[in-house]
Amino acid sequence: MTQDIYVIIEHLRGQVSDISYIMLAAARELAQSTSGKVVAVLLGYNAKGLAKDFATDQVLYLDHAALADFTSDAYQKVLSDLIGREQPRAALFGNTSIGSDVASVLSMRLGLPLVSSCRNFTKDGKFVSQICGGKIMAEGDLPAPTALITIVPGGYQPDQGRSAESPSITEAGVPALDALRVTLSKYIEPEVADVDISKEPLLIAVGRGIQNKDNIELAEALAQAIGGVVCGSRPVIDQGWLAISRLVGKSGKSVKPRIYFALGISGAPEHVEAITGSDTIIAVNTDPVAPIFNVARYGIEADMFELVEVLTEQVKAAKG
Amino acid sequence: MNIVVLTKLVPDLVEELAIDASGAALDLAFARWIINEFDDHALEQGILLKERGGGTVIVVAPDLDGADDVLFTAAAKGADRLIKIKGDFIAANNHALARTLTAIIKELQADLVLTGVQAHNDLDGSVGPMLAECLQLPYVGYVSGVSINDGKSAIRKEYPGGLLAEMEVTLPAVLGIQAAEQPPRYVAVSKVRQAMKDFHIEEQDASDLDPGGAPEVGRMFQPEAASHAEMLTGEPAEVAEKLVNLFKELGVL
Repeated sequence: MTQDIYVIIEHLRGQVSDISYIMLAAARELAQSTSGKVVAVLLGYNAKGLAKDFATDQVLYLDHAALADFTSDAYQKVLSDLIGREQPRAALFGNTSIGSDVASVLSMRLGLPLVSSCRNFTKDGKFVSQICGGKIMAEGDLPAPTALITIVPGGYQPDQGRSAESPSITEAGVPALDALRVTLSKYIEPEVADVDISKEPLLIAVGRGIQNKDNIELAEALAQAIGGVVCGSRPVIDQGWLAISRLVGKSGKSVKPRIYFALGISGAPEHVEAITGSDTIIAVNTDPVAPIFNVARYGIEADMFELVEVLTEQVKAAKG
Repeated sequence: MNIVVLTKLVPDLVEELAIDASGAALDLAFARWIINEFDDHALEQGILLKERGGGTVIVVAPDLDGADDVLFTAAAKGADRLIKIKGDFIAANNHALARTLTAIIKELQADLVLTGVQAHNDLDGSVGPMLAECLQLPYVGYVSGVSINDGKSAIRKEYPGGLLAEMEVTLPAVLGIQAAEQPPRYVAVSKVRQAMKDFHIEEQDASDLDPGGAPEVGRMFQPEAASHAEMLTGEPAEVAEKLVNLFKELGVL
């Protein structure tokens, strides 16, 4: 049993994900209240070099050919062995495609408490989680003995988890990894899109509030008049109303346009994390307490349909 | 091939959320319960697999207001068996739900369990991976495509930026669905009504709901925004005019 805070590093095809640095920053805050160390836990194959810029007191490196790429089964085996043996005060995972495949399983396997969607820790070491699409925060004491926690972006900047000095690396033992039930066959690259929304200066974004496919045309008409590109949030893409290359959010693209004009987007955390690089966010929503208004510079509480039609006409007139 | 689709009902976020008198939990007395949207995708994926390769789709839901509706709608879409778990689920967490479902799903001899990858009210992890561990089955989440060949499943898992990984998962398995291969199908109300006549909802009692493993919440609150948008008000034409001026100021017009 230690007071250390473990950070389960996430990396994909040789690149450490931003969430890993965010977690290192979160762990630093938490370690101050537990008086423990921050320990970055890196699983990989010949991948020690990935740890070179981690802001951490120590790196535990676990090396095995079966850890070259993430698979849930192998990560679960290695981490249940490590966490069960070392009993840190907490272990942080990304609330991501990688961390979420592991944390819940370990909670059951090791009989340890689990907190999900934690955004930040308070000075006295309480967790603060963001639920219900960002509308509710839940705060509580760090559960004992070892708290498994999944982290969402928003509370810390990736740069806070980077360091110019390389940390010291210790190798840790890996249990037998045979009879794995999940194996990687291959990666499939994203389709080459007609436009790259991460590079567009003016985005007209549509969310669930667009209601049906025909209404996409309203947004398209505005985009055409003003010289922008239409993109959307997850529900719009899942309905097949826009191509996946136009998805802004957690499993889509992060964008940084000069103007992000959000129509009928509530502002769920999975979406907001991908638009914070925008210069100016303007949001239209019928719900006055929609979380999008907390990140937007300008807001309009209105029905988007009427507004967009009038706006398109005025933009055309202004352009002459 | 037995495909079990596990649906979790969640409070509708369209309704205003309130915090109860304890200050540490949602006030769910008047909540409107709807299907978790990712579970709707799990159901669609289950029905697609059945249409492609045959099998039986069994849909399981906890007994909350709206469960019958969810189950009959599933039948109208193509599910074969409907099971409602009786118990007090209003405050049940995912650890409790996973434990109580373990025996029930074991009995159904599932080859594949599909459930939504997450739900908006998850505070103690998600139910899919916990259920997988209780059943000693493999789990993969963030799945947006499934095919079954020779007793194995080939799945597509989503990573950020549109990257996908194709993985092979031995069966039986539990998969957390992010998106079905096509949008969840629409069914007419008349078909749901017909399903209410043609289908029977089987009921099973929940074993003790053991919530161990979830964190204790000290307080809940609505986020205080660090900043709030400057609101533009007026008739649509006035607001549009303000926006045009803003676009000019920001140099895009």
